Amino acid sequence: MDTQATTAFFLARIQFAFTVGFHIIFPAITIGLASFLVVLEALWLKTGREAYRDLYHYWSKIFAVNFGMGVVSGVVMAWQFGTNWSRFAYFAGGITGPLLTYEVLTAFFLEAGFLGVMLFGWNRVGRGLHFLATAMVSLGTLISTFWILASNSWMQTPQGYRVIDGRAVPVDWLAVIFNPSFPYRLAHMAIAAFLATACFVGACAAWHLRRRNDNAPIRTALSMAMWMAVIVAPIQAVVGDQHGLNTLEHQPAKIAAIEGHWVNVPGQPSPLVLVGWPDMKAEETRYAIEVPVLGSLILTHSLTRQIPALKSFPPEDRPDSTIVFWSFRLMVGMGVLMILMGVWALVLRVRGALYSSRAFLFFAQYMGPAGLVALLAGWVTTEVGRQPWVVYGVMRTVDATSPTPAVQLGLSLALFVVVYFALFGTGIVYILRLVRKGPQPHEGERVRHGGAGRARTPARPLSAASEDGDEHRQSSDAQR
Amino acid sequence: MGVDITLIWAVIIAFGIMMYVVMDGFDLGIGLLFFTVRDKEERDVMMNTVAPVWDGNETWLVLGGAGLFGAFPLAYSVVLSALYLPLIVMLIGLIFRGVAFEFRFKAHERRRHLWDMAFIGGSLVATFAQGVVLGAFIDGLPVRDHAYAGGSLDWLRPFPLFCGLALLAAYAQLGATWLIMKTEGELQAHMYRLSLRLAWTLLAVIVLVSLWTPLAHAAIAHRWFSLPNLLFFSPVPVLVALCFVAKLYALAHRHTVTPFIITLMVIFLGYSGLAISLWPNIIPPAVSLWDAAAPPESQLFSLVGALFILPFILVYTAWSYYVFRGKVRVGDGYH
Ligand code: HDD
Ligand code: HEM
Ligand code: HEM
Repeated sequence: MDTQATTAFFLARIQFAFTVGFHIIFPAITIGLASFLVVLEALWLKTGREAYRDLYHYWSKIFAVNFGMGVVSGVVMAWQFGTNWSRFAYFAGGITGPLLTYEVLTAFFLEAGFLGVMLFGWNRVGRGLHFLATAMVSLGTLISTFWILASNSWMQTPQGYRVIDGRAVPVDWLAVIFNPSFPYRLAHMAIAAFLATACFVGACAAWHLRRRNDNAPIRTALSMAMWMAVIVAPIQAVVGDQHGLNTLEHQPAKIAAIEGHWVNVPGQPSPLVLVGWPDMKAEETRYAIEVPVLGSLILTHSLTRQIPALKSFPPEDRPDSTIVFWSFRLMVGMGVLMILMGVWALVLRVRGALYSSRAFLFFAQYMGPAGLVALLAGWVTTEVGRQPWVVYGVMRTVDATSPTPAVQLGLSLALFVVVYFALFGTGIVYILRLVRKGPQPHEGERVRHGGAGRARTPARPLSAASEDGDEHRQSSDAQR
Repeated sequence: MGVDITLIWAVIIAFGIMMYVVMDGFDLGIGLLFFTVRDKEERDVMMNTVAPVWDGNETWLVLGGAGLFGAFPLAYSVVLSALYLPLIVMLIGLIFRGVAFEFRFKAHERRRHLWDMAFIGGSLVATFAQGVVLGAFIDGLPVRDHAYAGGSLDWLRPFPLFCGLALLAAYAQLGATWLIMKTEGELQAHMYRLSLRLAWTLLAVIVLVSLWTPLAHAAIAHRWFSLPNLLFFSPVPVLVALCFVAKLYALAHRHTVTPFIITLMVIFLGYSGLAISLWPNIIPPAVSLWDAAAPPESQLFSLVGALFILPFILVYTAWSYYVFRGKVRVGDGYH
């Protein structure tokens, strides 16, 4: 490849990673909050406890802002396969295309169709219909997760197809969708979204409690988030472990890179490298601190079998070990912290000190971004570890590019970076502003709905998040 | 003769794009008309007329993209990589438009005008870029070895640029007649005046495009002006002329719903004219629907879903329009 093409290739990858990395932050919170809102509305309908209704209205505003950003960044993604990876689109379009089509048909329309009613229809439709709208939006987010992960997992562990005339032709759709890594990835990702949301909700509540802004909705939020952490974080560790075993079977080079494991000594079990600096040039992991045998124990669940070593793969087939070694450890580290947080919360709960322990509230507040950090680190591990393949073992990423010249790619990348940071940065500031306002007791009562009479009352997804002009000004002023 | 799945897919995608043009057309149009309205409250009203349905409208674009990807991967990969820059510009325009919609109501009073500008600018850029894409597409994209074989700036020619302007007129007209239907008072009167001017502009634009395309492309001229085609296709221009007269009448008599309906018909006719010109190519001038088709296994799989699910989508979309029916007034929200 000449330098022009190399630069273009590099820029196309950066651009894809940048746009998808931004996008996934919003869906993760969308997926988690949508389910949270369903639970809140159901609890409100069932028990009539006001804290639930107040929380519903509070979090639905944040949901609205976040959803809007998920949509606009997602529309960009849907076109990138063609603009940046046209040869991939030609090769694999017959498989990933229909999966994306199903996602649009079964998920995106469902979300978009019921979102208006969910956010603006509280008094325009009856209680049952409104609950239905919330449930449909949430169902849409989960269906969306299903299809996009089927597509991504097929690229990781392709099966159910044949290559005819230079393109992939599906022969067994069930095999395509339920490919070997799909169940693990789906479970791991859905749980990741729930955990990321639990961290975010919990941190928001902790922040308020630390400022002695203590009321029923806030306590309920903290309690629900911590139940999530204590139950689901350990499950995530188990699912992640199973996922790793599955990867060992289908993508051994990825595991070798994750472990920074270069050579196997014949007849000896493999150690586990705890920390170190994998060096791709020198073909070794510098400064490694190892625990003998542990690698074999964790990954093969035996004391004798060896795990794959990077040097047994030709250099051009090795993923970048430096990156995935660290991104993987970052993810697992966050997972361990979440488990700790859950257990600590449980202990405090039993002692009746969950809402008052300063140390714990401090910790929970700073765990706010932990879920998103783990989630991004996880994706980096998965995607970088798949390199140099775009469809594992079938099509190399270098062969997937578009003929677009480097100059144009550079230009558009610069545009994306500037626009994303400016616009989504502003959006995140708006979200944090809402978070700071905090759920108010009786908030739900004031949602009078029913049409006319309120200037500035927006009727947009995001604009549902607006502080309603006059009615709320008092309380928000008091906050400031 | 068996059922031609490829043809059915072409119809579905054409339908999806048509839905997109019509639905996002009027809400992009509202963005274009924003700068003719200074009053803050009236701007709020304009936005509120489309607020609850905006997201669904844009989803039709995603369906168009995904459908193309799934059913005609060759077309998806060639068209998208050939028209890289205008498409990226369109996406960025749509981002600005989308978040402006949203942030406008969240911003402090002082910064509100910034989001108004983002709304206008985003709509303008997205519409113009879509027109350029359309024009470049009609002009044709050379294909060799399953890949685009032209230059990456080939779209930078008079005809595509003119199409960009043409689409601005079309969307503005859609937006103005939509607002006639959804508003009242001074704002509505303003839209009546604008619509009249836009009606003439749109007519001029349609005439120009209809002359320009056959003049520039012998094949298209042949399609339209040879017998017996001329007889079959002549209703299209005749109907456009009739619609135009009817629109002038409806505007003069202050009808509220008819101008929008008639504009929809004009757009539909223009769209069919385009289909007649390009048939049966999916990448003019040389790649036909069948050359670009995905393997039948792929098309069949997604077709089953599309045929089963699209009716449901249409029903709940209609329901959501129904929930938010009626005029929007100053100070109205949809809560
Ligand atoms: C695990 C979940 C997940 C993942 C990995 C992705 N997305 Fe996403 N996406 C969603 C989950 C989601 C969602 C939850 O369904 C969103 C987020 C907010 C929203 O409105 O829907 C969404 C929105 C969204 C939209 C806008 C939908 C609309 O118009 O309403 C598009 C076009 C895409 N996505 C496309 C993509 C593509 C092409 C991806 C791959 C590169 C991708 N998404 C990764
Ligand atoms: C949403 C979370 C995701 C994140 C954070 C993510 C992250 C990344 C990253 C960091 C790369 C670059 C790897 C490298 O250049 O070494 C990449 C590549 C890629 N990813 Fe993902 N990915 C995600 C989801 C997906 C999904 C759902 C798909 C497909 C449906 C996908 C398809 C691709 C493709 C085609 C590439 C190839 C381009 C490349 O190698 O740079 N990704 N992704
Ligand atoms: C605590 C123990 C955990 C283990 C052992 C674990 C294990 C793994 C492994 C092995 C992969 C790579 C799979 C592959 O590409 O083949 C992965 C990916 C991933 N991880 Fe984890 N994980 C853990 C915790 C977490 C947590 C807490 C989160 C987020 C809240 C998370 C989010 C992700 C995501 C989003 C991916 C990419 C998608 C996927 O391939 O599933 N993980 N994880």
